[in-house]
Amino acid sequence: MKIDKKILSAVANNARIKLNKKEEEELLPQLNEILKIFSQLQGVNTKDVEPSFQPLQVKNVFREDKVESCKEDVLANVKNKEDRYFKGPKAL
Amino acid sequence: MRAKEYITGVKSGKISAVNTVKSILSEIKKINNDYNYFNNVTENLALELAEKIDKNPKGKLAGLPISLKDDICVKGVETTCSSNILRGYKPIFNATVVNKLISEGAVIIGKTNQDAFGFGSFNVNTDYKVPRNPRDKTRVTGGSSGGAAGFTALTEFPHVAIGESTGGSIAAPCSFCGIQGLTPTYGVVSRYGLIDYANSLDKIGVIGKYLDDVELVFDVIKGKDNKDSTSLYDELSSNNEVKTIGLIKETLDIDPKIKDLILKKLDELNIEYEKISLPLASKYSLASYYVIAMAEASTNLNKYCGMRYGQEEKLNLSYNEYFSNVRTTYFNKEAKRRIILGTFTRMAGYRDAFYLKAMKMRTLIINEYKKAFRRYDLIVSPTMPIIAPKFSEVGKLSPAESYMMDVMTVGPNLAGLPHLSLNAGDFNKMPVGIMFIGNHLDEKKLLGMGKKYGI
Repeated sequence: MKIDKKILSAVANNARIKLNKKEEEELLPQLNEILKIFSQLQGVNTKDVEPSFQPLQVKNVFREDKVESCKEDVLANVKNKEDRYFKGPKAL
Repeated sequence: MRAKEYITGVKSGKISAVNTVKSILSEIKKINNDYNYFNNVTENLALELAEKIDKNPKGKLAGLPISLKDDICVKGVETTCSSNILRGYKPIFNATVVNKLISEGAVIIGKTNQDAFGFGSFNVNTDYKVPRNPRDKTRVTGGSSGGAAGFTALTEFPHVAIGESTGGSIAAPCSFCGIQGLTPTYGVVSRYGLIDYANSLDKIGVIGKYLDDVELVFDVIKGKDNKDSTSLYDELSSNNEVKTIGLIKETLDIDPKIKDLILKKLDELNIEYEKISLPLASKYSLASYYVIAMAEASTNLNKYCGMRYGQEEKLNLSYNEYFSNVRTTYFNKEAKRRIILGTFTRMAGYRDAFYLKAMKMRTLIINEYKKAFRRYDLIVSPTMPIIAPKFSEVGKLSPAESYMMDVMTVGPNLAGLPHLSLNAGDFNKMPVGIMFIGNHLDEKKLLGMGKKYGI
């Protein structure tokens, strides 16, 4: 399995990262060298093995379904805001 | 001075916390331009907390200066994870560990340098100036908790650092700087207020010059927290007796002089050990770890998109252009590399081959460790295969070659096992670390073993 220019460009676009030509050329061999390490996993038989999404069994934590007031200023770190809203780029 | 001795002095009124904090702050000012250990020194907060302690010297950590890795949130204090994308970000709340430390009288002195978001083994991937090894300025501190380890080793004042490990970010810099670091069982210390790298791997831990300093602070920060859904309900095991140790033979294929140092240290401990083989953990931990870490990192870093916190752009850009511009401008090279690989391994068509496969591999590796712990109380290996490399040597490594340096630390991190890196001595005038690994919740055995070690 190899990452080529086409895959790299699609993945970078999905991740909202722009790459120029020079960066693409630098990245491709690096990514494929790392992919070689990842590909070692293909040699192991994992049939019937359950995946461990956590290293230990964790239990769900629930709190009471009670409305609490938000005392913190969630807009404190934002420049793009209006009234009590975050402002983002136009979607259309 | 050891923390316990200092705290006793503060509580009896013989030592002034304010004077100590002033001295340590002035030391940081003096050395930081050269060593780059601190991203941000919290002078006002530190003096305010120290004054309170001098007036009312209470708490298990009364007056103890503590530094925090820059991925731990402190209300109103710039917290950047050493990444340009978070420059200027001031959290509006304290991490649980910060509240616990302050409530026991600790004095927060500043935020320490790291690889941005924890992405690195040498702390060269920081968007701040690169920290330098206290023993030799031409060498790295190790990463990603490099500022924490470097300053802990350098200062003679009482001080403990809070670090964080995803794949070895506490053990590696401790080994390279010659100090002690405890990475707890996954979930034993609350991650609330820790800026995520990889949720199923991140663990806050403690770095100190002396093991009893580490133990003292660990005792304060551990424990269940309802604000962290992965925080463990289970108590630590009370058993601290170590009768048998297994030495991982696959980790001994390194420079014979480093190996001899580790074996000599084990002989000095006068405890029986046997060589054991962990073939799966030794061969596949690295691949499994990096697939999982990058997949989780790439989802975590989606939140940095120029809204809510971190860097923003002008809103006159088109929808996608806006997000892409922020991310392209402010993420560094290593962050982009990991985001791209992590996004790739989660994509339709590749997810089963990489992401799911790595999660299954983790199950097999955990089972292999668990089997070893049925026979042995602790497992041991060198912490790192090398001593702290020179900056010139690190510059020649490809990203994949850099990742391979984590080969010994990724296993216990992947399996969520507690581990303790202790200084084993010097090779070529640079420190070498030895790493003891315990079963889940067996921190007391690790700390008990460390005491036998006499640091």
